[in-house]
Amino acid sequence: MPVPASSSAAAQSTAQPLGDAALGFVGTVRTVAAPAGEGALPAGEIERRLIELGFVEGVRVEILHQGLFGRDPIAVRVDGMTIALRRRDAAGIMVDPA
Amino acid sequence: MSDLALPARIALVGNPNCGKTALFNALTGSRQKVANYPGVTVERKEAFATTPGGVRVRLLDLPGTYSLRARSLDEEITRDIVLGRFAGEEPPQLLVCVADATNLRLALRFALELKRVGRPIILALNMFDIARHRGVEIDLDRLTSELGVPVVPSVAVRRGGTADLLARIDAAIAEQGLLDRAPAGDWREPSAGELRAAQRQADRILAAVVRRPGRDDNLTQRIDRVVLHPVLGLAILLTLLFLMFQAVFAWANTPMDLIKSGFDALGALVNATLPPGMVRSFIADGAIAGVGSVIVFLPQILILFLFILVLEDFGYMARAAFLMDRIMGGAGLHGRAFIPLLSSFACAIPGIMATRVIDSRRDRLATILVAPLMTCSARIPVYTLIISAFVPNRAVLGGSLNLQGLVMFGLYAAGIAAALGMSWLLRRILWRREPTHPFMLELPDYKRPIVRNIALGLWQRVKMFLHRAGTTIFMMMVVIWFLCSVPQPPPGATEPAIQYSLAARIGHAMEPVLAPVGFNWQIDVALVPGMAAREVAVASLGTVYAIQGGDEQESHLGRVLAGQWSLATALSLLAWYVFAPQCASTLGVVKRETNSWGWMAFLFCYMLALAYVAAFATYNIAVALGAG
Repeated sequence: MPVPASSSAAAQSTAQPLGDAALGFVGTVRTVAAPAGEGALPAGEIERRLIELGFVEGVRVEILHQGLFGRDPIAVRVDGMTIALRRRDAAGIMVDPA
Repeated sequence: MSDLALPARIALVGNPNCGKTALFNALTGSRQKVANYPGVTVERKEAFATTPGGVRVRLLDLPGTYSLRARSLDEEITRDIVLGRFAGEEPPQLLVCVADATNLRLALRFALELKRVGRPIILALNMFDIARHRGVEIDLDRLTSELGVPVVPSVAVRRGGTADLLARIDAAIAEQGLLDRAPAGDWREPSAGELRAAQRQADRILAAVVRRPGRDDNLTQRIDRVVLHPVLGLAILLTLLFLMFQAVFAWANTPMDLIKSGFDALGALVNATLPPGMVRSFIADGAIAGVGSVIVFLPQILILFLFILVLEDFGYMARAAFLMDRIMGGAGLHGRAFIPLLSSFACAIPGIMATRVIDSRRDRLATILVAPLMTCSARIPVYTLIISAFVPNRAVLGGSLNLQGLVMFGLYAAGIAAALGMSWLLRRILWRREPTHPFMLELPDYKRPIVRNIALGLWQRVKMFLHRAGTTIFMMMVVIWFLCSVPQPPPGATEPAIQYSLAARIGHAMEPVLAPVGFNWQIDVALVPGMAAREVAVASLGTVYAIQGGDEQESHLGRVLAGQWSLATALSLLAWYVFAPQCASTLGVVKRETNSWGWMAFLFCYMLALAYVAAFATYNIAVALGAG
């Protein structure tokens, strides 16, 4: 059951997918949804896994590290812990810069 | 209590990296029983203990998970046992939810989820000393009342650090009697919305109960700035792997010499005391020489496991998976496959079992199918024997490296390259249309490895290895000795005794098939028992040549081989061993884990084909270059 997403068109302009953010990005999560495009899992499953690793609306995130090839995967600081994930899996996390 | 004779059943659950196993070790010491759950190869760790209150308890260490919404095989075990659905396993009467006190956010959400199961529960805040040291203040009373669950601090690494937890377990047993009643819980798989709500509640409790200092753990982040650097990080990872293999050779020398001379002395003693004949030959050539030639590799196996266990405990392994994900992804493997594949350097069996953390069936199957190509420690005896006999022991590159170590590194590299190439092919041919699964992994804070945990882990490996040497390998050695000694040569025979044996007949029968790759019949004989376990081939060669030589004092197999084989044959055997599916136990585990004879047969055939082609090419190229 998706939480009422704050996806008003005006606010959308500053938000970007975490998967596209550059190394060193600092911001807060606005919405968490299933990433677009076809994956191996049902869309809602990825969303639940992201939440289980602490990606919920309002949490502060920072991209600490990225891999050598294709800047992938990324290591994200999420409220006191560090999570490694691929950029495509982070595509559904919309973030506002701090 | 309903029955005093039965121990109270307690299960430890918690997030990965929360120090749950360290706590389990602290509660139970070394009196652990490690086995598998029926039907699956998930490790089942159980131990009995007595609380200060005199209650006998049975503790179960369940696989770590972030949620009861199981995504992989071992998480399913945790879910089913906690919910009391696991056939053949009595449900726990008390859950101890273990949480890392320095990292409570996800643990609190999980504790809220566990509460819904309805079983009695205690929350243990582990690593409480580290949290306090970092200036994290936790209001335990407030947390207890907010969660509605008793909360105790625990320190797994310090004597007496589990006293509060044990006292609380006693109290829980006294209060509730831990009857076997059906839990009144209403757990069901939470939706995304419910997970959000639970995490919000956890965050709210956290804000009310925990005061954190303004800054995060800076040491971990400072180390990560170097270790996870895109270029430097990969260089460090490669250096670590290289050091590991050099260490396996350099450090193991002295203890190996000691073990070898010990077994030699034992053999000499038997030869000196017993009259010549079948019995003496059996004890000296079969039992002592055979088992001794395998036990001698214990130091190398220990060093390899020491590296793996220390790096794992330190928190580095998750970083290695991060660094390798993209590179392995290019070969069609998942980043999480790194740890199973690294474990396969020790032995493919724990490696294949470790694949259960990979939640996608396709990624898991690919990892299982290539794991046996990684150079396991059972190959080390074969490699070291041949390398020490045929490769000069001299320094290269200005004395910094050893030529023998370099050849060894090359063999490991060949195994890795083959594994990557094979998984790339699998992805290209079999699973072309399958989309990729996500890669999400917590990078835990670095922790000083706990000597006690490492020692316990090493001890469990030693026990496994010695058990194998004492049972499977010993029995194969007896068979080999029998094949080599029966029938006895006719009176007045001029040839060595083994020429008349059954072994010679088997070896000669295989000769036409294996002659093109440069193997003589002695090697062919050794390959047959080598199917039981790779290292047995070394022991068999020892037996074959010891009996053939007739010289009881001859213990230096390497020197014998150097005189008997051409360099081309030696190189060909090395190439064979990089690929050959010479391990019956691995095949058994693959069958069980894939639940399919077909995949097992596929593994066997492709590895055998690779081995034959590689050995054939190596032999013929070496002969053409004049090494025949």
